Amino acid sequence: MAKTRLLLSVLLAVSLAVAALGFAAPAQAQDGPVTLTITCRCVAGGVNNNLVVWLTTYVIPNFEKMMADQGREVKVELVEFGGSDEQLKEQYALDLSVGSGYDIMAFDGFWVPEFVGAGLLKPLSEVVGPEVNEWEGWGHISPGIQAILGYQGDVYGIASGTDVRQIFYRTDLFEQAGIELPWQPTSWEDVLDTARKLKEAGVPIPLQINAGTAMGEATTMQGYFMVLLGAGHHMYDFEQNKWIVSSPAILDALNFYKTVYVDEELGDARMQLLQDGRNRSFVEFRDGNIGMLVEGDWFWRSVMAPGSETGLENRNELVGWAKMPAKEPGAGYNSQDFVSISGGTGWVINPNTEHPSEAWALLSYMSSPEPVRAFELMQPRISFRDDVAVAGDPVMTAMAEALLPLTTVRPMLPEYPQISYEAQLMTERVVSGEMTPEEAMQAFDEAVTELVGEENVIRIPLQ
Amino acid sequence: MERRAIFSAKVGFLFLAPALAFVAVFLLYPFVRVFLLSFTNQTLLGTTAPNPEWVGFDNYRRLFDFDRWMRLGEFGSALKITTQFVIGSALIGQVGLGLLIAWAFYRKKGVLRETVYTLVIMAWIIPETVVAFTWVAFLDRDFGTLNALLDAVGLGQPDWLFKHPLESIILFNSWRGAAFSLLLFSSALETIPPSYIETAEVAGANAWQKFRDIFFPLLRGHILTDLILITLWTFNVFTPFLLTGGGPARRTELVSIYTYRTAFHGQHEFGKGGAIAVVMMLINFALALVYLSLIRRRRVHG
Repeated sequence: MAKTRLLLSVLLAVSLAVAALGFAAPAQAQDGPVTLTITCRCVAGGVNNNLVVWLTTYVIPNFEKMMADQGREVKVELVEFGGSDEQLKEQYALDLSVGSGYDIMAFDGFWVPEFVGAGLLKPLSEVVGPEVNEWEGWGHISPGIQAILGYQGDVYGIASGTDVRQIFYRTDLFEQAGIELPWQPTSWEDVLDTARKLKEAGVPIPLQINAGTAMGEATTMQGYFMVLLGAGHHMYDFEQNKWIVSSPAILDALNFYKTVYVDEELGDARMQLLQDGRNRSFVEFRDGNIGMLVEGDWFWRSVMAPGSETGLENRNELVGWAKMPAKEPGAGYNSQDFVSISGGTGWVINPNTEHPSEAWALLSYMSSPEPVRAFELMQPRISFRDDVAVAGDPVMTAMAEALLPLTTVRPMLPEYPQISYEAQLMTERVVSGEMTPEEAMQAFDEAVTELVGEENVIRIPLQ
Repeated sequence: MERRAIFSAKVGFLFLAPALAFVAVFLLYPFVRVFLLSFTNQTLLGTTAPNPEWVGFDNYRRLFDFDRWMRLGEFGSALKITTQFVIGSALIGQVGLGLLIAWAFYRKKGVLRETVYTLVIMAWIIPETVVAFTWVAFLDRDFGTLNALLDAVGLGQPDWLFKHPLESIILFNSWRGAAFSLLLFSSALETIPPSYIETAEVAGANAWQKFRDIFFPLLRGHILTDLILITLWTFNVFTPFLLTGGGPARRTELVSIYTYRTAFHGQHEFGKGGAIAVVMMLINFALALVYLSLIRRRRVHG
C-alpha cells in the first residue's frame, strides 16, 4: 500500500514537472492579435542603421495600419542582431534546426543552398501557399535577382538587391601623395605602385584587401575573389562542374597577398588576423589611415554614408572609387580587363512560422514599390525592382553601370561555404607568414579534395 | 541478529531513480549519441544534415592525419597548445600563485590579507564574459590599461593579443583561477600544528627550509588533489575564446575551441566534432583515473 502511494506520488511529481516544462508556452489564441517577428543584422545607431529606421518608422507602422484596415490585428516586432554575418548564420542554423526562429529573416543568398540541403528552408509556395505566385512584384524583378534567394528552380524569399565590388580610395591621401585624380589602375602593378607612393607619402596603411577567416565571407568576396578573378579564373569551373584547387592563378593571387602583407607591408596584416578586423578597417578608412580599400558598394552606401556610425560627412569629396584591374589588361576572368563579383541579400520566411499568411503579407508589402522607394531615399542602392529607380546618387548609379556588366557570381552549391572557408584559411596562412603561397595552395588542395572528393576537383598545371 | 533495512531494495531503488534518470538523460544519452555521431558525416547544414552516412573511422582518421597533424588549426596543434596552456596557466600559474599567496599570508591577519583574498576571489566569481571584456580592454595594444602603464614608465606598447597571444591567455587564466588553489591551500595550511613551525623557528630554520621540510611534505596530498582537479578543468576551459577567438591564425586554438569551431562554426561538422569530443572524453577519463588511483594510494599509504 505504502509502496503504491510512493510510486503514485513520484509519478505525479514527474508528470507535473513534465507538464511545467512542456506546456509552459502560452497557447496561441486562434483569432487573437498576431505578432510577427522580423530580424536582420541591424542595430539602431550601429550597423545597417538605415534598415532599422526604415523598418521601424516606415514599414512596420504602415503595415500594421494596412492590416488593421483589413480588420486584422497584427503586431510586428523587430529583433536587432548586432553580431557578424557569420554569427547570424550560425544563429539561423541553430534556430531553424530546432524548429524555431523569427518569422522573417534577412538572408544572404549564398546561404540558401546549404539551408535548403539541410531541409531548414522551404519554398515560399510551400510555406505560404500558391498565392505567392500571384504577387504583382515578380513581374518587376528580373529572373537573375529572383534567383538570389532561389535554388534549383524554387524561390525561398524575396531578394532586396545585389551588389558589386571595387577599390575605394581616399582622395585627400592621393592628393597628398601627388597621385593624379580620378585614379583608375589598369594592372596589379599599377595598384602596387600607387600603394608604394602612398607609403612614401606617409600613409600608414596604403592598401587593405581582405584576408583571413575572421572576416568570413568578406574575405572571399572582397578579397580573394577580386584577385583570383583578376588572375584569370573562378573558384569553380562552370563547364566541367568542378572546383579548381590548384592553378597558376591561385598562386598569383596568393603572391599578390604576400607582396601586400608580407614582403612590402603595404597593408596591415594584423587587422586581417584579429577578431574585429572588418570594423577596424572601416574606422581606419574613415580616419584617413587607409589609402585604398577593396570593398563592396555596401561600404559606400551604408558604412561611409553621412550620418552612419563610421560615416564621413563629406563622403562624396573624400571617397573615390575605381574598378579592380586584372593582373594585366585582358588577363582577367573571361579575358576581362577589370573584374568584380556580386552577391545578394533579401528576406526569407521561416518555414516554422505560425502565421505564414501574415508573414507573406509583410514580406510582399516590404517589397512593393512604395516601401522600396522609401528605402531608396534613405539609402540609394542598386534597385531590385524595375519600377523603382536608384534615387539620386550618381556615384551609386555609375558603379552599377560600370561593374554590373563585368561581374560574376558564386556557384550556388551547398558545399560552397565550406570551400569558401578553406579559401579564407589559405589567404590567412599567407598573410600571417605561416606558409608560403605554394604550401598554402597545397593545403587548400588537400582540404577541398577531402571535402568534395577527387572526382570533383581539377588542377591546372603550373608552368 | 539479522539487520533489517528500513526500506526494501525496491524502495531504495525508487529513491535512486530520479538521480539515475538524471544521469541517464543528461550524461549517458548524450555520450552514446556523441559516440554514434562520431562515426557519421552528420552536419548541421547541407545535404548531409538530413541524410548522414555511416563513415566508419573516417573522422578519427582525419583527426590523426599525421601529415598535417601539427599544422595550426589541426588536432595535434590544438593538443600542443592546450598542453602549454595547462602547464603554464594551471600547474605553474594557478597552483603556484595560490600556494604563494596562501604561504605569504600564513598565520597573518589584517587589511592586506583581506584585500588580497577578496581580489583573488572576485577574479574567480565574476561572470566570464564580463571578465573577458575587461581583459580585452586591459590588453589592447593602443588603448589598453596595461600598455598605458607600461608606456608611462617607458616600456613601450607590446601587442599582447597579437604578438603574445598564448602568453596572454596563460596570464589571464592564472589570474582568473588562482582562487581555488588559494582557498584550498590556505585551509590546508590551517591544519599544520603551529608547534611544528615554532620548533623549526627555535632550531633556526629559514623560510625556504620551513617550506621544504614542513609545509611541502604536509601539503603534498593537497597539492596533488589541486593539480589534478585544476588540470582537468583547465583542459576543458573555453573562456580564452572570448579574448582571442582562437587566433590570431589559430595560435591560441585550444582543443575546446577546436571542437567548437568544428562543430558549431562555419562547417558545422557534427560528425568530426563528435570524434574530437570522444577523444577528449578519453583523455579526461585517463586524467580522472590517474587522480582516483593517486587518491586511493594516499588513503592506503597515508
